[in-house]
Amino acid sequence: MKPLLRLLPYLARYRRTLLWGLLTVVMSNVFTVALPVFVGRAIDVLKTGIVSGTLHRSDLVMYAGLVVGSSLIAGFFTFLTRQTIIVVSRHVEFDLRNDFLSSIQKLPLSYFQVTPTGDLMALATNDIGAVRNALGPGIMYPTDTIMTFLLVLGVLLYTDWQITLLALIPLPFVSFVVYRLGKLVHEKFEERQEQYSRLTTRAQESLSGIRVIKTYVREEHETRLFRDLSWDYLRKNLVLARVQSIMWPLMFLLIGFSLVITLYVGGGKVMDGRMTIGTLTAVFAYLSMLIWPMIAFGWVINMLQQGAASMSRLVKTMDVVPEIGDTADTNHGITSITGAIEFRHMTFRHHGAERAALNDISLVIPAGRTLAIVGYTGAGKSTMVNLLPRLYDVTEGAVLIDGVDVRRIPLKVLRGAIGYVPQETFLFSDTVADNIGYGVDRATGEEVKEAAEIAQISHDIEEFPRQYDTHLGERGITLSGGQKQRTSIARAVLRKPAILILDDALSAVDTYTEEEILLRLRRVMKGRTSIIISHRISTVKEADQIIVLHEGAIKEQGTHDELVTLGGIYAELHRKQLLEEELEQL
Amino acid sequence: MQEEEILGKAYDARLMRRMLHYLRPYAGWVALGIFLSIAVSGMEAVRPYFTKIAVDQNIAQHDMPGLLRTTLLFLGVLMVRGLLQYLNTYLTQWIGQRTIFDLRMEIFAHLQRLGLTFYDRNPIGRLITRVTNDVEVLNEMFSSGIVMVFSDVFTIIGILYFMFSMNWPLALISLSVLPLLFYGTFLFRKKAREAYREVRLQIARINTFMQEHITGMMVDQVFGREHKSYEGFKVINGLHRDANIKSIFYYAVFYPGVDLIGAIAVGLIMWYAGVEALGGSVTIGTVMAFLQFNEMFWRPIRDLSDKYNIMQTAMASSERVFKLLDDTTLVRDDDNAVALPSIRGDIEFRHVWFAYDADKKAAEPTWVLKDVSFTIRAGETAAFVGHTGAGKTTIISLLARLYDVQRGEILVDGIDIKRIRQEDLRRHIAVVLQDVFLFSGDIATNINLGNEAISHDRIVAAARVVGAHKFIERLPGEYAAEVKERGATLSVGQKQLISFARALAFHPRILILDEATSSVDTETELLIQKAIGKLLQGRTSIVIAHRLSTIQSAAKIIVMHKGEIREMGNHQQLLALGGIYSKLYQLQYKDQELPRSA
Repeated sequence: MKPLLRLLPYLARYRRTLLWGLLTVVMSNVFTVALPVFVGRAIDVLKTGIVSGTLHRSDLVMYAGLVVGSSLIAGFFTFLTRQTIIVVSRHVEFDLRNDFLSSIQKLPLSYFQVTPTGDLMALATNDIGAVRNALGPGIMYPTDTIMTFLLVLGVLLYTDWQITLLALIPLPFVSFVVYRLGKLVHEKFEERQEQYSRLTTRAQESLSGIRVIKTYVREEHETRLFRDLSWDYLRKNLVLARVQSIMWPLMFLLIGFSLVITLYVGGGKVMDGRMTIGTLTAVFAYLSMLIWPMIAFGWVINMLQQGAASMSRLVKTMDVVPEIGDTADTNHGITSITGAIEFRHMTFRHHGAERAALNDISLVIPAGRTLAIVGYTGAGKSTMVNLLPRLYDVTEGAVLIDGVDVRRIPLKVLRGAIGYVPQETFLFSDTVADNIGYGVDRATGEEVKEAAEIAQISHDIEEFPRQYDTHLGERGITLSGGQKQRTSIARAVLRKPAILILDDALSAVDTYTEEEILLRLRRVMKGRTSIIISHRISTVKEADQIIVLHEGAIKEQGTHDELVTLGGIYAELHRKQLLEEELEQL
Repeated sequence: MQEEEILGKAYDARLMRRMLHYLRPYAGWVALGIFLSIAVSGMEAVRPYFTKIAVDQNIAQHDMPGLLRTTLLFLGVLMVRGLLQYLNTYLTQWIGQRTIFDLRMEIFAHLQRLGLTFYDRNPIGRLITRVTNDVEVLNEMFSSGIVMVFSDVFTIIGILYFMFSMNWPLALISLSVLPLLFYGTFLFRKKAREAYREVRLQIARINTFMQEHITGMMVDQVFGREHKSYEGFKVINGLHRDANIKSIFYYAVFYPGVDLIGAIAVGLIMWYAGVEALGGSVTIGTVMAFLQFNEMFWRPIRDLSDKYNIMQTAMASSERVFKLLDDTTLVRDDDNAVALPSIRGDIEFRHVWFAYDADKKAAEPTWVLKDVSFTIRAGETAAFVGHTGAGKTTIISLLARLYDVQRGEILVDGIDIKRIRQEDLRRHIAVVLQDVFLFSGDIATNINLGNEAISHDRIVAAARVVGAHKFIERLPGEYAAEVKERGATLSVGQKQLISFARALAFHPRILILDEATSSVDTETELLIQKAIGKLLQGRTSIVIAHRLSTIQSAAKIIVMHKGEIREMGNHQQLLALGGIYSKLYQLQYKDQELPRSA
C-alpha cells in the first residue's frame, strides 16, 4: 500500500471536494439506513391494524411517503458522492498522466532504446487506470462500506443484539471469500492472459511465416501446434471458470445462512412476542444492506493491491533521473550559438558495449562551413552527429561548440540552435503546416511556404486535397519516403538554425530534386554550419570538407577532388556510383 | 485501435443460424444447461415464498416446529440452488469454450489453406484479430449469452408467477413502476454507451499520441519541443477526463434513480396493503414476500440489457469471421491432379506472364514477368541476376506455386505444375528465402519444422553438411536450445545456416535459394559460401545470386531486367557480351573475392 502514499500530494489539490464527498457519503448512508425503519414501522401498523381491526391508513401513507422521501434524499447524496469523489479520481488521473509524460520527456534517447514502447504505453494507460481505480472507487466504496456497516450494525444491535450477532456470523466469511477468491481469480486470470498472448504470438508467427510454411508443406503441423496451444488456452479458461463460478453461489449460500438464522431465531421471538413482525422485516432489510458492503470490502482490497502495484511501477519510471540535462556546471550566460564545432579526442561507447562506437575523433568545423560524412553502415556516422544535440554524452574527450563544451551549454540553447533531419524521418499525424512549423513557437504561413519551397516539397503539397491543412498519417494521407524526407527538411530549415544536420536525409529523393534542394540549402545556409551524412557522392561532393568514417575512426579526410585522387574508400564509392548511373540509363 | 466500432443489429437470423450450427455437437449439454437455468431460476423465485409461509403460517400460528421445518427446507433449497448454479455457470463456460475452440481452429486451418494472394491483400494484424479478438467476443456470446438469457427470462417468469399467484392486484401495482424502470434503463444504456464510445475514442487518441511521441521522442527532444507536445497531450488527456466525467454523471443519476424507483414500488405496496389489509386479501407475509420480490426483480432485467450489448458486438464479430471463412482465395488442386512420388528435376518456364494484381478488375495488370521462357536441366544450377524489382523473387514463388501464372506454363519434368498435387510438388522443392524466418521453439524443430519423419540424426547430418553444427553445439542445450521469436538471439549468419540445414534436411530434388545480401563477418561469409556449394551439389537449383562464387559455378546465368530476360549464358559468354551483366559484375561482384579493405 505504501506506493499509494505518493498520491497524497495529488489528492491534496482536491481536498475540499474530497471532504465534501466524504460528507455526502455519511449523509446518504444515514438516509439509506433510515429506510428499513420506516418499512418495519409500516408492517407493524399493518399488523396491529389487522389484529385490532382498525387500521391507521394515514400512518401507512406517511411511512410510504417517508420511504420514498428518504430514498430520494439518499439518492441525491449518492449522486453528489459520485460527482465529487469519482470525479476527483479522474482529475488525479489526468494530473498523473500529464506528469508521467513530462517525466519521460526528460529521459535520454538511450532509455527509449532499451525500453519497449509498449511498456511505456501500458504504464500510461493500464497502470494509471489501475491507480485511478484504487483512488476513486477505492476511496468511495470503503468509506461507504464502513459507514453503512457502522450505522447498520449500530441500528441492528440496538434493535436486537442477539439476532444480530447470530446473523453476523457468516458475513465475515463473505469478505474473506471475496478476498481470497478474488485473489485466486486474479492469478488464474493472469495465467489465462499469458496463454492468450502465447496464442496470439503463435498466430502472428504462423501467419507471417506463411511463405515458409507453404513451401515446406507444414500447414498441418502448424495447425496441430496451434491446436495444442488453443487447447491449453481452453483449459486455462476452464480453470478460471471453475474459480469464478464458485464465487457467487458460495456467497449467496453464506448470505442465505444469515437469512435462515434470522428467520428462525427471529420467528421464534415474534411468536413469543419479544419482537414485532415489523422489526423482523427491518432486520431482514438491514442484513441485505450488509451484503453489498461485505462483497465490496473484499473487492476493494484487491483493487487497492493492484493499484499499489501499478503505482510502484509508475514511480519506478517517474523517478529515473535523466542522465542528460543542465547541471551546476552549466553556463547560463550562453544565450546564442554561432556554430563553430570541434570534436576533441572524442570517444563514445554505447551503454554496456565493449567496443567504442567512435574512437578518438578529432575534427574542427569552422562556423559557416559544411562537413560531409560518408562511410559504410555501422561506421558511427549517426552516432557522431547525435552527440551535438546531446542525445548522448561523450565517454571521453569532448564536443565543443563555439569553444565551449556542449555539456556546459544550457540544453535549451544548444538544441534551439540545431536543425536536425534524422535518418528515420518522423512526422506527426497532424497537418502538413503543423509538421513543418513544428520546430518553432508560432510559424507564419509565409515561413512555412518558404521552408517548403527550399525543401522542394511545396509543389507536392499544392497537389494535396487541402494543401497545407492536409492531415498526415493515420487519419490523413500517406506520404512517400521522399516526400517525408523533404517535409522533414523543411521542418529543420524553418528554424533557421545555426547548425543544420542532415543524417542521410536525401536517400529517398531522386538525384534531380536532390540537386535542387542542395542548391537552395546552400543559399539559406550561407554563414551557417552544416553537417551532411550521405551514401551518395552527388550529395557530398560540394562540401568544404569530407570525412570517411570507418569502424568508428576517421579514415580519410579532405575535399572531393583530394579524396578521389587518394584512391581509397571514397574513390571506390565514386567509381561505383558512376557505373550505377550508367546502368540506370539502360 | 482506431477502428470505430460500428454496432448494428443485435440479432441477425442468418448469422445466428450459422453460429448456432457450432453448438450442434454440444446440443445435449446445451439442453442440460437450459434445464439447469430453469431450475436455478425457479429456486431463486421461490425464496420470498418461504418468508411468506414462515410469517403467515408458522409464526402466525405459533408453530415452532413448522418454522424449523420451513427454515431447514429453505436452507436445503439454498444449498441445492448454490450447487446447481455452480454447475450451470461452469457448464455454460465449458460449452462456450468448446464451441469457440472449434471455431478458432476452423478459422486457423482455413487461413493456413488460403493462397498467398490472400495474404498480399490482407494485413497480418487484421487476420490475427480474427483468430483472437473476434473469437473472444463470440465466446462471450456462447458462454454467457445464449444460455444465460434463458436463465434471466425464466427468473423473471418465475418471479411473475409467484407474484401473480400470491396476489394479482398487488402484483400489478408493484409492477406498475416497471415501464419507468425500462425507460430509465434504456435511456441510461444509450447515454452510457455514447459516453463510453467517447471514452474509448479518447483512449485511442491517448494511445496514438503516446505511441507517436515515444517513438518520436528524439525529434521532440532535438527540436526542444517537449512543452509543445506536453500541451498537446494535455488537451487530449483533458478530453478523456471530461468524457469520463460525463459518464460518471450518467452513473451518478442512474443508480440512485433505480433505488428510488424501487422505493416508490415499496411505497405503493404499503399503500395498497393499507387499502386491502382489512379485507383479508393481503397478509403480512404477502407484503414481506413482495418487498423481497421487488428487490429481486431488478437484476435479471439489468442482465438482459447487458446481453443486448454482447449480442450486438457478437453479431459484428461473427459477420467478420464468416466473411473470412467464406473467402476462397485458394490455390486449388486440379480434380485429376497427378501424384508425383519422385522427380528428376527438369524445369521449364514457357512464355510465362504474371501480375500480382491480375485478379483485380483493373484495366491492364502490372506485369511483373513478361513472356519469360527458359529451361534448366536436372542437376543444373541457374543463377538469376538483376536489379531489385526485376522479377527474380517472383520466379521463385511461381515455381513453388504460391501463385498461379496468368499466361504460359511452368513445367517440372515436362508436366504442367498446375496438374501436379501441390503437396507433391512442394515436397520436392526446398526454398531458402533471403529473410530467414525462424519460429519460436528450439533449433531442431526449426530445422525439421516439426516433421517427425526427419529424425534427429538427419537433422544433425544436415547441420553438419552446411557447417551449422559447430555453433549449434556451443549453444546451451545444443539442438534443444531455445529460439526466440524471429530468432532474435541468433546472428544473421547463424540464421542463414539454420535455414540451409532446413532445406537440406528435406532432401529436395529442386533447391531454390535467394541469397542474402546482408553483410556478415568474413569468417561466417566463408562458411556460408562453402555451405551454398554443398547445397547446390547434385540437385536442380535456382539461385538469386549475390555472390560471385555462386554465379561462376552456375551452368546458366539469367539476367533479368524489368520483368524480362535480357541475357542468358555462362559467366565468360556474358562478360564477352559487354551488356548488363558485365556492368553488374564490375559494380557488385568484382571485388568480392578480395578481402574487404580494413
